[in-house]
Amino acid sequence: MIKEGKVKIWSDYQKEIPDDHWFYVRSCIRQNFFPAAEVTFLKILREELGKDIYETPRHTTCGGIAYHLECIPQETQMTIIARQFALMTEAGYENYTCSCVTSFGLYSETLETWHEMPEVEAKIRENLWKSCRMEFKVPKYLAHTSDLFYKFRNDISAKAKYRLVNKETGEPLKVVEHIGCHYAKMFPSKGVGGAEYPYVLAGMAESWGGNIIDYPERRHCCGYGFRQYHVKANRGYSLSNSYKKFESMEPYHPDMIITNCPGCHYFMDRWQYVIAEQTRKTYGQNGYGIPVFTYEEVAGLTLGYNPWDLGLQTHQVAVEPLLDKIGIEYNASEKYLGTGGKLICTPEFPMSIKCC
Amino acid sequence: MAENIIIIGGGPCGLEAAKTLRDLGYAPIILEKKQELGGHLRKWDRLFPEGVQAKQVLKELTSGLKGIEWHTSVDIETIEKSRKGYTVTLSTGVSYNSPALLLTNGFKLFPAEKKEEYGYGIYDKVITNADLEQYFAKGKDNVIKKPKTIGFVHCVGSRDEKVGNRQCSKVCCATAVKQACEMKELFPDATIYSFYMDLRLFGRNYEDMYLTAQKKYGIRYIRGRVSEVSEDIDGSLIVKAEDTLLCKPLRLKIDLLVLMTGIVPENSSASLAQQLNIELGEDGFYKPKDTILEPCMAENNGLFMAGACTGPKTIPETLSEARAAAVQIHNYLNKSWISGIL
Repeated sequence: MIKEGKVKIWSDYQKEIPDDHWFYVRSCIRQNFFPAAEVTFLKILREELGKDIYETPRHTTCGGIAYHLECIPQETQMTIIARQFALMTEAGYENYTCSCVTSFGLYSETLETWHEMPEVEAKIRENLWKSCRMEFKVPKYLAHTSDLFYKFRNDISAKAKYRLVNKETGEPLKVVEHIGCHYAKMFPSKGVGGAEYPYVLAGMAESWGGNIIDYPERRHCCGYGFRQYHVKANRGYSLSNSYKKFESMEPYHPDMIITNCPGCHYFMDRWQYVIAEQTRKTYGQNGYGIPVFTYEEVAGLTLGYNPWDLGLQTHQVAVEPLLDKIGIEYNASEKYLGTGGKLICTPEFPMSIKCC
Repeated sequence: MAENIIIIGGGPCGLEAAKTLRDLGYAPIILEKKQELGGHLRKWDRLFPEGVQAKQVLKELTSGLKGIEWHTSVDIETIEKSRKGYTVTLSTGVSYNSPALLLTNGFKLFPAEKKEEYGYGIYDKVITNADLEQYFAKGKDNVIKKPKTIGFVHCVGSRDEKVGNRQCSKVCCATAVKQACEMKELFPDATIYSFYMDLRLFGRNYEDMYLTAQKKYGIRYIRGRVSEVSEDIDGSLIVKAEDTLLCKPLRLKIDLLVLMTGIVPENSSASLAQQLNIELGEDGFYKPKDTILEPCMAENNGLFMAGACTGPKTIPETLSEARAAAVQIHNYLNKSWISGIL
């Protein structure tokens, strides 16, 4: 591996990311499965870094799941996006950031389509006016939320209580970074580091003390792929893609996986349980899985936030072995307590993958 | 006193044109930006189809230069056109006048790192056709250590709209066949794969070379493009491709991958074209006055072009065009002097 070659590519694919004043939209998947990740994103930016991030309850889905499942045409999906932009315009913002990688891909695709075909943009403006009586300006800057954390990675690192380091050996943790396909594969110049060797998560992991693993199936899809999963008959294909990735990263003994895509996080976490049930195989140490995190969760951990406030109890793969490895303090008895301190429930333990 | 003829570019084309012009009674002046004459030939080991040594050809071309003035490490500042011809001024302030100007500034190899998915400059065991020629010439390399499985990827930066190069580079197919056979000679136990879109073996004996590669050397030709390359934990490469004849995706573990980089216009072509008001084709190569009847002549009077600066060519084609351009210059000057234009 020639590190200088990667560094050259990383320097070729840098994008302008404004410092402040962002209009923020959530992810359909994340706000259902990992809601604390988005809460943590807002908390870190607002409370730790003092940034102005605006969100409105009036925003909707970007239409991505329906679009990629061919349930709605592109014109409808672009009109939904136009409405989001109208909300941003109403709020007086010019910088737009979205929590979902699928959305980021769609926003990029829509803006590019309008740039190449102004007549399409005119038609969408007409659609939006007829349907919602709304008008919009296109964002001056578009960023995925991981771009923002990439930009502020060293500021976060400066406030960190923990590093991504094995507390016993002092060695950096071995980190797999998994980038959602729609982040840069369609428009390499829109992603930090480009499509082939993205730097957005690698930059964070390095800044926070970890070492990135470059394994053969690094670029491969997590397995979600919309129709691979949502069409029930295809779910075996979804699973086999994830299986391929885990088999490929296994020889490197990764300590953790960081993703920037809602679907990737969900499937790389949940499919480890399914693979274990089907094959009795686990990929972490001592019968555990490899814990999968969003970049906000990792940032929160390094900043010393309570793991259960970060929502890590909603993960399928147990995170405790990694917390112990880093030396992060936590109270195991609080894992399933609700906000009032009341025990919500204790989930059943799976048979083949070890959990805490 | 013999008339000066300025030739920009001191590769095989410029050298051959200079010799022909000298033999026709002129005083050629070669201006070469590199430190040495010879162009890309200097970096090559053997030439297809017979495997003639490049240094032998280079020796022939660079010997017997009596009567030819040449300057290397030259940086051209300006070129001015007047009624009497052209004045070329170098960054040193030295100027040369000539009634006709011949451009033979050649080509450059496509920068393989632009095809990021192939990992050139990232993975140690990904090399280019030019790197392999250096290995053949020197006989040693830090990366090539008894490879058991070798892959050749055709059309790297050629016929590839994604990188803005639609043109075929013409010579890479034959080069890949030649290099695969040479590797098999060096490493008889190695399994060699060649990933191609189409095999364009157009020249005399090229098809024989291709058949030999299959029959004698057992090179495995796979019709399909490589989609991505990655590095395995042991440092070997994982190559993903598609076999379009079997309609199957492939995943191979190999020890060395050779990228057949294509031919693209030399950097200087665009600036020279601007200075001399030459039209460039969509591919960035000079557009001659007429691609069939006047392939060596520009639209402008007294301006000529030959070799790979007008598109990819083999060495014999380049040398033939060099001679043709020299004769055309001679005819042009004779006509101009008779008619009193010059």
